[in-house]
Amino acid sequence: MAERYGAIAGAEQPSRGQAVVHPSRSEWCDVAAAARADGFDQLIDLTAVDYLTYGADRGLPDQVAPERFEVVASLMSHERRERLRMRVQVPADDPTLPTLFDLWPGSENLEREVYDMFGITFEGHPDLSRILMPEDWPGHPLRKDYDVGQIPVQFKAASNVR
Amino acid sequence: MSITDTAPSDSADTGAGAASAESDRAAERVRRREPSAVLRMSEAEAAAIGGDPDDADDDELVLLNMGPSHPSTHGVLRLMLELSGETVLRSKPVIGYLHTGMEKTGEQLTFLQGGTNVTRMDYASPLFNELAFCLATERLLGIDVPERATWIRMLMCELNRVSSHLLFMATNGMDLGAVSMMIYGWREREEVLRFFEKVTGLRMNHNYIRPGGVAADLPADWRTDVARLIELIEPRLEEYDTLLTGQPIWRERLQGVGVISAAEAVALGATGPILRGAGMTWDLRRDEPYLFYDQVEFDVIVGTHGDCYDRYAIRLNEIRESLRIVAQIIEAMPSGDYRVQDKKVTPPPRSRIDASMEALIHHFKIFTEGFKVPPGEAYAAVESPRGELGVYLVSDGTSVPYRVHVRAPSFVNLQTLPHLMQNGLIADGVAIISSVDPIMGEVDR
Repeated sequence: MAERYGAIAGAEQPSRGQAVVHPSRSEWCDVAAAARADGFDQLIDLTAVDYLTYGADRGLPDQVAPERFEVVASLMSHERRERLRMRVQVPADDPTLPTLFDLWPGSENLEREVYDMFGITFEGHPDLSRILMPEDWPGHPLRKDYDVGQIPVQFKAASNVR
Repeated sequence: MSITDTAPSDSADTGAGAASAESDRAAERVRRREPSAVLRMSEAEAAAIGGDPDDADDDELVLLNMGPSHPSTHGVLRLMLELSGETVLRSKPVIGYLHTGMEKTGEQLTFLQGGTNVTRMDYASPLFNELAFCLATERLLGIDVPERATWIRMLMCELNRVSSHLLFMATNGMDLGAVSMMIYGWREREEVLRFFEKVTGLRMNHNYIRPGGVAADLPADWRTDVARLIELIEPRLEEYDTLLTGQPIWRERLQGVGVISAAEAVALGATGPILRGAGMTWDLRRDEPYLFYDQVEFDVIVGTHGDCYDRYAIRLNEIRESLRIVAQIIEAMPSGDYRVQDKKVTPPPRSRIDASMEALIHHFKIFTEGFKVPPGEAYAAVESPRGELGVYLVSDGTSVPYRVHVRAPSFVNLQTLPHLMQNGLIADGVAIISSVDPIMGEVDR
């Protein structure tokens, strides 16, 4: 994998036997296009992780500077039966990334979900809107600084419980 | 505006040519009518248009909501349909009505508790959720599962595929008015669920597959039960063939409806029966063997036309293939442990708890604090009845996952819906939704 993408993707580091490349934000589309041309014909998955409170070593290659958000895309090559994971760092003060819609139209809902849950915007996306939460919902639930909701459980006899 | 007049260039020109504010609004709407099957329109925009005809000159073009409460939408799927008469031009699946933040909840539960959470996503095939979650956890832990546990997982998953596809047969029949099929599908599924109850204690949401193995060994007479199941279901499948497969009304209703090509399916990220129905020979069990699928013989069923009928036939025949695998598992099942003997992830056996204080403490610790998982990230995918079900886990070295992401096949497959429905009738739309077989619990998570 390194020989195929080393030139474009700055860094490559397998994770538990799975091929992972770490393009920078500016390389994101180029690496994706190269992978697409190389036979990765399906975008299987696209998600994000908010590393705000992550306490352990993130296992990034040396040349990749960690940022708060990371968008992770899983690609599949049916011909070679191969998978490739692309991880890109997205800073908190400018959470934007170019869309992969033009390469894989199947990214539409996945990118909408990431936008909805993490507030990362995808430039050039045809319909970047909330998908799971209501349209007028404030905040992005899967961010680590978004509290877990709680519904107070009310018991009828709660007043005399110590 | 006619149905065929959907090209953006000329229609945008005619719209922009008009002057008044009212026609500006219309122009915007026309501009949005890009040559796509997907209706990219927000709730607010749809509300602004309301029930008015889309085009003043053509009172046939209307926006119509189907669902979320509609018997044919498999739960709470809502479709925004742009109709010309009874023909669907563009549509947009509106989802989220069942969103309960299960991925967020997953970040609060330990790896051991995670199974109870993910099993509720695709409630028609809960064991696959647990399996994908456990495979990802085990990849992070770097542990190998005993052979018997792996065979048990395969047995349970294949039976679950049978029960899930039987549920599809039932709902597909019901959606299309073949109501007897509904009763038969539920009836046979119940037999499988009865076996699940015997093994796991629950008919659904089993939390049976756990990191390191399975929760309990199979009951002593499981071979008899499973053999009985095969004996019972196989002839029933022949009955379904007689009832539906060759029946002219059934064929008329499904053939040529909701057609998708292999290239489209791949581009839209579709997996499972939708992809195979379009003629793509792709099944993770064969192409990326996990568990012991490389040791059993089975055929990958593919279609040629990519229509609703192919997807129906694929699922019906996948039941046969699953039963074939199950029959091989009965022969192949080795004796041995049903969970890994690694004290870090496995609680001590029940009998030891009465005898040893340490075992009691150990048991308590595992179920309250959980076990620590080395930091890192991993992705594991399995072929669920609906397609590729993947779990992406990030651990920070504690006993609670830092991030749980589930790549739900229904969520991605739903993107094909507007393309399948375009230029079809609403009545065919019901057949199409049914043949995509989305499980809303998994779509919304």
